[in-house]
Amino acid sequence: MHVAGLTVIAAAGSGFDWGEVGKYLFDRDILQGALITVVMAVLSQFTGTLIGLLLYLMRRSNFLPIRWFAELYIWFFRGTPLLVQLELLFLSFSEFHLVRPIRQIDFFPSLGFDRIVLEAVLPALIAFSLNEGAYMAEIVRAGIDSIDVGQMEAAKSLGMTYGLAMRRIILPQAARVIIPPLGNEFNNMLKNISLASVIGLYELLRVAEAYGFTDFKPVEVVITASIWYLAMTTVWGFIQSYMERRLNASNTPIQPPSLMQRMFSGWRPKPVNTTAEAIAEIGQH
Amino acid sequence: MTEQQGTARPIVEATDVHKWFQRNEVLRGVSLQVQRGEVVVIIGPSGSGKTTFLRCLNHLEKIQSGSILIDGESIGYRTVDGRLKEDNEASIAKIRAEIGMVFQRFNLFPHMTAMQNVMEAPIHVRGVEKDEAEARARDLLAKVGLGHKLESFPAQLSGGQQQRVAIARALAMHPKLMLFDEATSALDPELVGEVLKVMQQLAEEGMTMVVVTHEMGFARNVAHRAVFMDGGVIVEEGPPAEVFEHPQHERTKTFLGMVQH
Ligand SMILES: Nc1ncnc2c1ncn2[C@@H]1O[C@H](COP(=O)(O)OP(=O)(O)OP(=O)(O)O)[C@@H](O)[C@H]1O
Ligand SMILES: [Mg+2]
Repeated sequence: MHVAGLTVIAAAGSGFDWGEVGKYLFDRDILQGALITVVMAVLSQFTGTLIGLLLYLMRRSNFLPIRWFAELYIWFFRGTPLLVQLELLFLSFSEFHLVRPIRQIDFFPSLGFDRIVLEAVLPALIAFSLNEGAYMAEIVRAGIDSIDVGQMEAAKSLGMTYGLAMRRIILPQAARVIIPPLGNEFNNMLKNISLASVIGLYELLRVAEAYGFTDFKPVEVVITASIWYLAMTTVWGFIQSYMERRLNASNTPIQPPSLMQRMFSGWRPKPVNTTAEAIAEIGQH
Repeated sequence: MTEQQGTARPIVEATDVHKWFQRNEVLRGVSLQVQRGEVVVIIGPSGSGKTTFLRCLNHLEKIQSGSILIDGESIGYRTVDGRLKEDNEASIAKIRAEIGMVFQRFNLFPHMTAMQNVMEAPIHVRGVEKDEAEARARDLLAKVGLGHKLESFPAQLSGGQQQRVAIARALAMHPKLMLFDEATSALDPELVGEVLKVMQQLAEEGMTMVVVTHEMGFARNVAHRAVFMDGGVIVEEGPPAEVFEHPQHERTKTFLGMVQH
């Protein structure tokens, strides 16, 4: 339906015009769409990371049903398409009337939409977070498992509880292993937020598409959206390199890649040990 | 047993400790008392259960029966309705804080400097003020001969230096008992001496120590008592000179014959 619509409009559109792209690029609604994409991605990645940590802890619980739950969760969220999860969440929200349009917000006045579809925000956030949690669980586990068990034993022998040892000793070391794949996750997240357009979230792509329909400039607006996605992921690439460089500043064997390596050579961590490699694999889903 | 300690409560009182790894009974009824200020070395062939027993003393390993009291307090277990029940984490941690442990592979925290390694537990476990912890860490590192390496990370230190930091780290908690599991086995031969020297100094200062070691010289010269383990039991024990010169059991003779050439 989507694609059929685009085709009709593409056929109707007149010749491609870079000038139009320039005009759309800094349009207020497009900027707002981009902002929503970034905010959604940051929130989802943050919550997803916490869920990943929680799942890690659940997986090593002494209570069997808790371990089962964690496995089942990960199995489900890694085994079904994100798009399906989004729709499931959205449908169950409207099925159970969990969210009604809270208020009218004139967020996209020039488009003629005087009401942002708030119904989409919460289901999207939840779906992205839950999905991300399943992937982060693996990344967190690989990170923590890469730390020698002697570290936990030394911490315990000094009188630390599990929680304190995790916080002070294990996680700071695991972070170095977790952060590169976490960065890749966030890069994916920035792009995957566009999937929420199908449940009516006015993120970057959806706003752009709306222009495409009304102005009959589909190619121009989709290119505009692409430019913004590239801008986001590129800026994130810089931030990621910077963070990894700082984490590795003192004495680590992992050499962080330069931005160029990251962009053009399908960078993976140099194998320090097999775990680091395993994590790189996980990061490529 | 050292006479001057009289009848005071022992620091370690392990009674009939049994430990299984799955179907494999690794400790088959080990009993050992260690008095305050006493230095006990545990020797024995590989796989005899020395490490396992030492790890049971601070509950890094669970035991299936028997009891272990540290300074009169049961570690790891409470008796509920006549049955052993694993204690809660906080109580275990509290007793562990009183027991220093030195590992074969040092296990220093690699993301922290020598100073930070030593200050970590006093500050975050005991809640000691930073200034105070810093002063004590400085003293301890000076004591183990590393006054000039305060800001070095473990990766920048030799094995012998790392092990000495590890000893200082354990001492920072003012332990009433120190456990050493082959503290020098992972070291190049020329670095063994500097670590043994620190351990000897500790012994002379009256620290209560249980030392698993293959260093027969140390056992002979520093320990008050030598314990020979084989097959998960204590085969014989006594003053090191006795055990080394006049072993009573065949197994001890064989073992000593092997290690002493
Ligand atoms: N985590 C474990 N799981 C299963 N079996 C174990 C475990 N740790 C030790 N064992 C077994 O318990 C027995 C005693 O091992 P332990 O490490 O206590 O011996 P040891 O006297 O310290 O030997 P070594 O001198 O080689 O260090 C061995 O048979 C060993 O294989
Ligand atoms: Mg051993």
